[in-house]
Amino acid sequence: MTSPALAVSPSASARKPARFRSLVTKYRVPLSILALCLLPWLLPSKALAVNVLIYGTVAVGYNLLFGYTGLLSFGHAAFVGTGAYITGIAIGQFGVPWYLAVLMGVIGGALLAFVMGALSTRTRGIYFSMVTLALAQLVYYVALQTPSWTGGENGLRGFTVNKINLFGFEINFLDPVNKYYVLMVFAALALWLVSRILNSPFGAAIEAIRENERRARTCGYNVERTKLLSFTLSGTICALGGTMSALHLAFVPLDSLHYLSSGMIVMMTLLGGASSFFGPFIGALVFLVMEDVFSLWTSHWQIIVGSIFVLFVLFLPKGIWGTFLTKVMR
Amino acid sequence: MNAPLLAVNDIGVRFGGFVALQGVTTEFRPGRVTSIIGPNGAGKSTFFNVLSGVLTPSSGSIRFKGDDLKGTKQHEFVHRGIARSYQITNIFPDLSVHENVRVAAQASRSRYNIWTNRNRFTELDAKADAALESVGLVAKRDETAKFLAHGQQRALEIAIALISNPEVLLLDEPTAGMGPEETKEMVALLEKLASERTILLVEHKMKMILGLSDRILVLHHGRLIADGSPRDIQTDPEVRRVYLGQNDGYA
Repeated sequence: MTSPALAVSPSASARKPARFRSLVTKYRVPLSILALCLLPWLLPSKALAVNVLIYGTVAVGYNLLFGYTGLLSFGHAAFVGTGAYITGIAIGQFGVPWYLAVLMGVIGGALLAFVMGALSTRTRGIYFSMVTLALAQLVYYVALQTPSWTGGENGLRGFTVNKINLFGFEINFLDPVNKYYVLMVFAALALWLVSRILNSPFGAAIEAIRENERRARTCGYNVERTKLLSFTLSGTICALGGTMSALHLAFVPLDSLHYLSSGMIVMMTLLGGASSFFGPFIGALVFLVMEDVFSLWTSHWQIIVGSIFVLFVLFLPKGIWGTFLTKVMR
Repeated sequence: MNAPLLAVNDIGVRFGGFVALQGVTTEFRPGRVTSIIGPNGAGKSTFFNVLSGVLTPSSGSIRFKGDDLKGTKQHEFVHRGIARSYQITNIFPDLSVHENVRVAAQASRSRYNIWTNRNRFTELDAKADAALESVGLVAKRDETAKFLAHGQQRALEIAIALISNPEVLLLDEPTAGMGPEETKEMVALLEKLASERTILLVEHKMKMILGLSDRILVLHHGRLIADGSPRDIQTDPEVRRVYLGQNDGYA
């Protein structure tokens, strides 16, 4: 990991916080999971906590591509939505057990990400963003035009998971606390997976591509293949978030595939900080809490959230968590 | 005489209607320093781009150790044994000096492993430190690359290119933008490197080229107009005409 704190020559005063920060980095997965365990007791509602869990997972997965590989995708709603739809259809129409439905959703999302990645990573910069946007809208219109499968405009219903069986224990899945902790296992799994990827040699390769694509290529990295793998892994994590959302809502809105949902993922990631592992999760948390609080006051809550977002992009480009890590902990 | 390491045959490169290289045929034997000179726009950088896989020539062929490199992707060149540096410094600006070289070393060891902790590959750390040692940057190991002095960034780029232990090293103006002191250090470094591998050099500093090179190629308007020892090149009438005729003061 590039840590700006380490770049500063270690004077006696700077050494201690730098060590503290490297400890935070080293134990980022257990610390994150600890935070997730406490989350439902700190937020006003359990439903909000589940939403944070879902979008936090999605944003962390998205950031693998955006923050760490340097590719701005405007199409990640396609993977979230596809994961959700496949899970819903598998349970509702085929009576597949919930855990297999989750697996199918994740695999389906991964396959779609592989195809979309293969088409989009051939392009660069703004063209890449536009291709991802266009392909994701294609998926949206496919879902809109096949109502017998997806419920079309009305979204997909009729696959409520009431209770789940876990090693002989029956858990009431309608209870919000139970639901939160079951879904938390998936979120924790995703965080652990992303952290492992970032710590791996592949993690170093994608950072090299983000830093200087030409140099990475000259060093002997197959830039196209590396980008495609990153795109696929990122889409897979997002699809997992989608399956979690399907289980949570027992409903898949068509809007989950819409480009506005992709935009929201980008906003959450930037708000929390694309340069850090846990930043996107914080971004999702802050975004959803703002939505929750401000929408009580006014139906135009998006104006407030949008303004705050713009202020962050202009004045704190490292986002909430990124700024905290570099400024406060230094 | 030993077999040629790298051979090009009748290379041509066209950009639309513009002919950047035309009918270039030559070969490079192991263990020598060959400089490529010529006025601006002569095709030196294009020639380097062909030799390092950045550009696919419009016509002609390149052979490396007898293998045709047609269809070889740019990122495969370094795995075959051809590495390069760029005229404009090309490093990973936000990584530390050590990470710059380490990630380059990793390219020949592990590219798609998403599972193992990268710190387990301790041999890469040792390799990176050895490369930094050879270019005199060990003291700057933990600094962020973009904060290095210009000359040090140039040296870092050479360390990145060296890490794959290439048989052929292409250096595009390694002393570009350097003052006399930094240039002197770079020349000392190049002399050290020249004892171990084949070096191809594009440079403008004539005195340096004459001192360092075993052989000089002269390009002019995309054509190879002279090829010989520094002494031959200095007395070649065609070369004198090209340089003196343009009066740009290189010769």
